[in-house]
Amino acid sequence: MRDSKGILQNIDWITVMLYVILVAMGWTCIYAAVYNEEHNKLFDFTQNHGKQMIWIGGSILIALFLLIIDGKFYSAFSYLIYGITLALLIVVLLVGRRVKGSQSWFEIGSFKLQPAEFAKFTTTLALAKFLSNQNIKLQETKTKLRAAIILLIPITLILAQNDTGSALVYFSFIFVLYREGLSGNYLLLGFAAIVIFILSLLVDKITLVIIFSSFAFIIFMLARKNKRNIISILAVLALVSGMIFSVDYVFNHVLQEHQRTRINVLLGKETDYKDKGWNVHQSMIAIGSGGFWGKGFLKGSQTQFDFVPKQSTDFIFCTVGEEFGFVGVFVVISLFMVLLGRIIFLAERQRSPYSRIYGYGIASILFFHMMVNIGMTIGLAPVIGIPLPFFTYGGSSLWSFTMMLFVFIKLDAYRLQILR
Amino acid sequence: MNPSGNRKLIIIGIFLVVGLAFLSRLFYIQIIDKSYKLSAENNFLHHVTQYPSRGMIYDRKGKLLVYNEPIYDLMVTPKLVKVIDTMEFCRLVGISKEEFDKKLRLAKKYSKDIPSPFEKQLSKETYGALMEKLDDFSGFFVQSRTVRRYAETIAAHLLGDIGDVDSSITKTNRYYKDGDYIGKSGIEYTYEPELRGKKGSKLMMVDVRGRQMGSYENGIYDTLAVKGENLTASLDADLQSYGEALMQNKIGGIAAIEPSTGEILAMVSAPSYDPNLLVGRERAKNYEILLTDKTRPLYNRALLSAYPPGSTFKIIMALIAQQEGVLGPETRYPCAGGYPPGGGKPACHHHPSPLDLALAISYSCNSYFSYVFKSVMDQKKFTSTEESFENWRKHVLSFGYGRKLGVDLPSELSGGVPTIEHYDKVFGEGHWRSSTILSLGIGQGEMGASPLKMANAMAIVANHGYYYIPHVIKAIGDKQFQFEKYTTKNYTTVSPEHFFTVIEGMYDAVESGTASASKIKDIEICGKTGTAENPGKSHSVFFGFAPKENPKIAIAVMVEHGGWGADWAAPIAILMIEKYLKGNISRPDIEKRMLDGVVLPAIK
Repeated sequence: MRDSKGILQNIDWITVMLYVILVAMGWTCIYAAVYNEEHNKLFDFTQNHGKQMIWIGGSILIALFLLIIDGKFYSAFSYLIYGITLALLIVVLLVGRRVKGSQSWFEIGSFKLQPAEFAKFTTTLALAKFLSNQNIKLQETKTKLRAAIILLIPITLILAQNDTGSALVYFSFIFVLYREGLSGNYLLLGFAAIVIFILSLLVDKITLVIIFSSFAFIIFMLARKNKRNIISILAVLALVSGMIFSVDYVFNHVLQEHQRTRINVLLGKETDYKDKGWNVHQSMIAIGSGGFWGKGFLKGSQTQFDFVPKQSTDFIFCTVGEEFGFVGVFVVISLFMVLLGRIIFLAERQRSPYSRIYGYGIASILFFHMMVNIGMTIGLAPVIGIPLPFFTYGGSSLWSFTMMLFVFIKLDAYRLQILR
Repeated sequence: MNPSGNRKLIIIGIFLVVGLAFLSRLFYIQIIDKSYKLSAENNFLHHVTQYPSRGMIYDRKGKLLVYNEPIYDLMVTPKLVKVIDTMEFCRLVGISKEEFDKKLRLAKKYSKDIPSPFEKQLSKETYGALMEKLDDFSGFFVQSRTVRRYAETIAAHLLGDIGDVDSSITKTNRYYKDGDYIGKSGIEYTYEPELRGKKGSKLMMVDVRGRQMGSYENGIYDTLAVKGENLTASLDADLQSYGEALMQNKIGGIAAIEPSTGEILAMVSAPSYDPNLLVGRERAKNYEILLTDKTRPLYNRALLSAYPPGSTFKIIMALIAQQEGVLGPETRYPCAGGYPPGGGKPACHHHPSPLDLALAISYSCNSYFSYVFKSVMDQKKFTSTEESFENWRKHVLSFGYGRKLGVDLPSELSGGVPTIEHYDKVFGEGHWRSSTILSLGIGQGEMGASPLKMANAMAIVANHGYYYIPHVIKAIGDKQFQFEKYTTKNYTTVSPEHFFTVIEGMYDAVESGTASASKIKDIEICGKTGTAENPGKSHSVFFGFAPKENPKIAIAVMVEHGGWGADWAAPIAILMIEKYLKGNISRPDIEKRMLDGVVLPAIK
């Protein structure tokens, strides 16, 4: 038997190494963020860095366990695992603990668990299972709807927990769907929607409509030979104008107060350094003052004197920026880029569509987390409380990302045993 | 390339674009934009001012006069304020909720990030109670400072006081910050640079809650505060204290100078006040009370007033006339009860006639000095009254009258010696002659001088024609006070030989003349009484020096509305002289009369 040679057979060590490096760096930053004269021991389990040590130990066990499990298991039980997660998301709504306005935590003693973190992983499994079905064509509306339902159930449950950030993560699956045949127009549409949303908040609406109409007119003049183009141009223009005028409503009536403020702060329309803007302001000072080489490990004044709130969780990237400077952030971002590239490379070499789709799924989720989390710390994204993979303190997110990655590593190691 | 290959590249492309966008942004904020570095420093580095202790002040015999006492200012950093129990806080500090809000508002207006005084000069009890609970009131901390304390309740005017620096000063002088103390008057004002020392600065790291986390880089950017210099005042505390006792329940001033140095031995202004009143939390309240007091206790009469010198001015006239060659020791003028003779004005009291110069001084003959003034003014060498007046005026100014002496105390005034312009304005150009302004010759009319100027005139007579600019400081730190300004002899226009007769006359005045009632054994005192006419009862004036040979003290006393110079001013001056030269008093009867005497006119 080929699979009897041990669980470490065929493992992609590059990915494992990237994982180990990122987790190690993450722990170092957590240590720096909570470090002070009183709490300077490496193994102080009352402090975040000590607890994270336990989470990391757990992650290693989880990783080994996932590698031992047969490669067929994930594909076979995708829907079941997905279903269990959905059940947990419902239960947490009933018996969960409310932390900072979000009803998203199970609390057993001092041990806290956030099912939404694991839902990302299990939804990826379910989506991969669904899309890898041989009779599936994403061009069909029926398929699109089903795929959408797989995503919308956890999104809805997570929104019900008032955890908008985690819900937004599911938008990253658009990359997976695109790879699997969804029209590129959806990608463009999504991008355009963001651009129009921002523009509508910044520029006067009438002016904006006039500008877009002028664009439409120029395009029309360039392509007037084809009559059918006129209709599509007009349709797009109507859609865009509709969006422009509905942004106000969405912004003022759908979004919550703190979300509005965060967007306004991001767009520079509010400069509230005391309250909502404080985090980002301090975070940018921390990173910006790091300079090229950084201030040195445990020497960041912003980090050591607690100027950045939530520094071992949402704003962990500040520690990298302040204490290790541009060199540090360059290394971290590069490592993420290499990891994403590696995952996509591995995904593309899979024989089974299931493994490929799953690979794209985790690449997309990692990318989205990285983009929003780092973007938030440097003022390029609104403040959305989602973790920086492998860095942010917390067992749920670390274990969830570990599971995602090691399931993929297992699938990749198992690929040769799959018959096409 | 197949479509899925394309899509793979597009997805990787999007990932890379975002990654590069982040790196560009990071490159900008970390390397190009320097403002974040500054913001970070402003965040966690606070300059904590190290206040030096202010120099102490001693009297000429080394007696401590002014020292420092620690006080505690409650400081606030509005941005960091988080008071859970405001009522408790207000109770501890002893203020109302409204005051709390108001003070916090004021502090916010000054700066939200920089600490400013919230409540100054807490009592020791408040400080103690507050320190126990300060952890509950984040944003507040206590800064230890010192206030001035005065060992004895004397010489308030001379020593001066310190108070909050004015915003007009903080705007132009970078050394001072709002809330600092600065010398406001007296020695504290003049010698502010020496007394204050030099502030130090400590660069402290603070955390987000403003708690101090230690000094930055082991203190390499810190500067130590440099202690202020101790000053030795020329003042004799015992003499000053005695002078103030003698002047109690009277209004006026005493100035005493050591003729051989120009050092001010005593400077009494009555009424006075306890300098400790202008210290601490009650300062503003007490200042207001003193300011509105009708007897004007804050006014330094010894330095700033311009009393008519009255008959004491005859001494100056006698010297000027001799210098001009129109008067000699043997010159005699008749007196028939006034000038012009026969009931003219000024009138004169009863005494033998005619008199020579020494006796004229001794008896203070008004007629005699009217002749003298006319003889000076009406010399043939002058072609006009203006010319002769200007000549007279030049002589008078050389005695320090009518101009600032340059004393090392603030706001000295020039006093009153009238000008040609003044008389032109009053009488019209060319419409005044020596007889018009005759009263100048006996120190009346527009003449005005402070007790200090009169004491200085006595120092001149004692020195036979020169003086050192009077000053209140003897030593700064360990160094003898050596400023050229105060160690240069200033000569008058009168030659030394002309002083002998005048001194004899002044000796006679105390020995057997106008001031003989107060004379004492063993000390040869030279002096001259004055009875300065003015609205209301005359001022009692005396100036003199002693001993006659090798004088040690020159003194002037002015008692407002005291009547004859011999009534109050002369005995007080002579008691002062005896006190200074011998330490004990041989005429307790006079002393008692002076200490108990009340000369307080109805204050309008």
